[in-house]
Amino acid sequence: MTNPSTPSDSVTPRRAADIVNASLKRRYAKERRFRLIGAAAVGLGLTFVLLLFGDIISKGYTAFQQTYIQLPVTLSEDLIDPEGTRDPMTLARADYMTPIRQSLRQFFPEVKDRRTRRQLNSIISVGAPQLLGEEVVADPALVGTTHEYWILVDDDIDMLVKGYIDRNAPESDRRVNDQVIGWIDRLEQEGRVAKRFNTIFFTHGTSREPELAGIAGALMGSFYTLILALTLSFPIGVGAALYLEEFAPKNRWTDLIEVNINNLAAVPSIVFGLLGLAVFIGFFGVPRSTPLVAALVLTLMTLPIIIISSRAALKSVPPSIREAALGVGASPLQTQFHHVLPLAMPGMLTGTILGMAHALGETAPLLMIGMIAFIVDVPGGFTDPATVLPVQIFLWADSPERGFVERTSAAIMVLLAFLFLMNLAAVLLRRRFERRW
Amino acid sequence: MSTVVEVMEKTTGAMSSAELAGEQHSRATVGDFTVADARMACREVEVWYGPKKAINGVSLDIGKNEVLSMIGPSGCGKSTFLRCLNRMNDTIDGCRVTGSILLDGQDIYDKSLDPVPLRARVGMVFQKPNPFPKSIYENVAYGPKIHGLTNNRAELDALVESSLRKAGLWDEVKDRLDQAGTGLSGGQQQRLCIARTIAVSPEVILMDEPCSALDPIATAIVEELIDELRSQYSIAIVTHSMQQAARVSQRTAYFHLGDLIEIGETNDIFTSPKHRLTEDYITGRFG
Repeated sequence: MTNPSTPSDSVTPRRAADIVNASLKRRYAKERRFRLIGAAAVGLGLTFVLLLFGDIISKGYTAFQQTYIQLPVTLSEDLIDPEGTRDPMTLARADYMTPIRQSLRQFFPEVKDRRTRRQLNSIISVGAPQLLGEEVVADPALVGTTHEYWILVDDDIDMLVKGYIDRNAPESDRRVNDQVIGWIDRLEQEGRVAKRFNTIFFTHGTSREPELAGIAGALMGSFYTLILALTLSFPIGVGAALYLEEFAPKNRWTDLIEVNINNLAAVPSIVFGLLGLAVFIGFFGVPRSTPLVAALVLTLMTLPIIIISSRAALKSVPPSIREAALGVGASPLQTQFHHVLPLAMPGMLTGTILGMAHALGETAPLLMIGMIAFIVDVPGGFTDPATVLPVQIFLWADSPERGFVERTSAAIMVLLAFLFLMNLAAVLLRRRFERRW
Repeated sequence: MSTVVEVMEKTTGAMSSAELAGEQHSRATVGDFTVADARMACREVEVWYGPKKAINGVSLDIGKNEVLSMIGPSGCGKSTFLRCLNRMNDTIDGCRVTGSILLDGQDIYDKSLDPVPLRARVGMVFQKPNPFPKSIYENVAYGPKIHGLTNNRAELDALVESSLRKAGLWDEVKDRLDQAGTGLSGGQQQRLCIARTIAVSPEVILMDEPCSALDPIATAIVEELIDELRSQYSIAIVTHSMQQAARVSQRTAYFHLGDLIEIGETNDIFTSPKHRLTEDYITGRFG
């Protein structure tokens, strides 16, 4: 090679080093570009996530407060409980609207004619008397006394106080006219208007009136649905995975089953809804709109996910553990339940939690099985009519009232919080039970 | 199911080394494969993985209180043969065993025989130490527990201690029985696996290259242990190390491409092999 007379098709070491050095710059530039693109992609993703959260939170945080006006209401015994029995039924059914309106009118003595008076009355929410009644039932001693009560206002007034109604817009374009604005301003000057924590949002079912609408019904519906879906899908999914992975013979049939399970995981969820409608409701007569039928549909939907993740978890258990157990004379079932399953459990649980989180956010299939019905009552069991959180969000997002805009965002925040908690649980489980062998 | 792949690879690997071996030799076993009081007696054992024959008519006895070592090039079927002796091959799909293997005169492949108690009688120590990811105590106590060998906690404690003592591990772990078995060193783990095996009082212990993952010092300790265990158990050991075979065993069997080529006293095999293939192997011409 050092001999110049020898024809050589290979480069001398010296020249090779030069070539390498020359290309080095290009190679590093390529790497820098790649890193930059990666960082840009991550940045873009983060930006959109932040935009999403920013939008939802900025729109929704006001829903956690609700406007009330403080009024001295006189609950005369003649009106509330003329017979003096203090019977809870009587107290609950009594007319509380009249004393509230009387109290409000005292602040505005100039209001005389019927039209203006009706407008004044519209400040009070239609649900205010019921809330007052609940207070009185809890404490019957209030009858016959005058107390300052925080009275729930109509959603239009709530929006006005929260600043969502533009006071400079022409009066005809506003939901609240100048006169009402004037009254509210006067009440505000007297310190009788306040935004208080919105307990109604967490304790009531949905309602046509935004100020009375809450997510309790949807939350309970989601809770019952998920609990049932979990108790159905976890054992079935883990059992199926265990059988397919560890016991079933490997042949054409099990291959076919495996392909089908993988396909089912990719089937659009609305198809499961149609299946649920046809099979569970149509054929088996399961009552529609109930957590029971929703759980059955969601079980079908999450089973493939759980089976696939459970099989992956079982596959990750080293075969040496199985051999060790079989080698000391454990039966195949003992081998699985004493050694393989405990080691695979974190992976299985992670898959199940993620599947459940998926189910919690699922809307489309539930629309098919009647979960979209307008249900005011908070469900008390698996066969009560119910709706679920994502469907509730869908319904509210569809409502024209301004008050539902913030409630939609607030409900999304609650849903996201639950999803976040579930994913966190999955991560913690994985960390906690990660074992080395 | 990675075991299938491993074993399949071993067998396919054997095909190419067959050509390397070149000239054909008689495949009939050289030497006397019987012993006077056999614990296990194998006759004309053939093993098939699907259409592929991995073991070709092997007959071999394992005597009481002896260490039998099996040597041979990779893929010669020695591990496959070993795994037949406690029916571990049952767990591999498509594996078929013919011929007869008798344990104390009873055919272990008899349809009426349950492989689960068989594996308690014929224990196995694997190539890679594989303690359960549980405490040291649990590792040893697991076998006796599932078989119900002890009646109470005190008996179990005693059994765990005696097993660990026999495996020469007691002094090293007696203060940390509740710690994870996987936290021990490689050699300690392998001795823990041996303790786990002898805790169920087997008659035969099969060892599949028990020292291949260990360093020389740990290997020496395990080899010493094997020699001690001989007084109570029959031991069949597969090894890649001819020195190890020479050190620990009384009889040695040389396998080649699924055939048992030669069997005899370890001394004779290593000093005066009768078969050409054996000689080539132990002199390091291939393998």
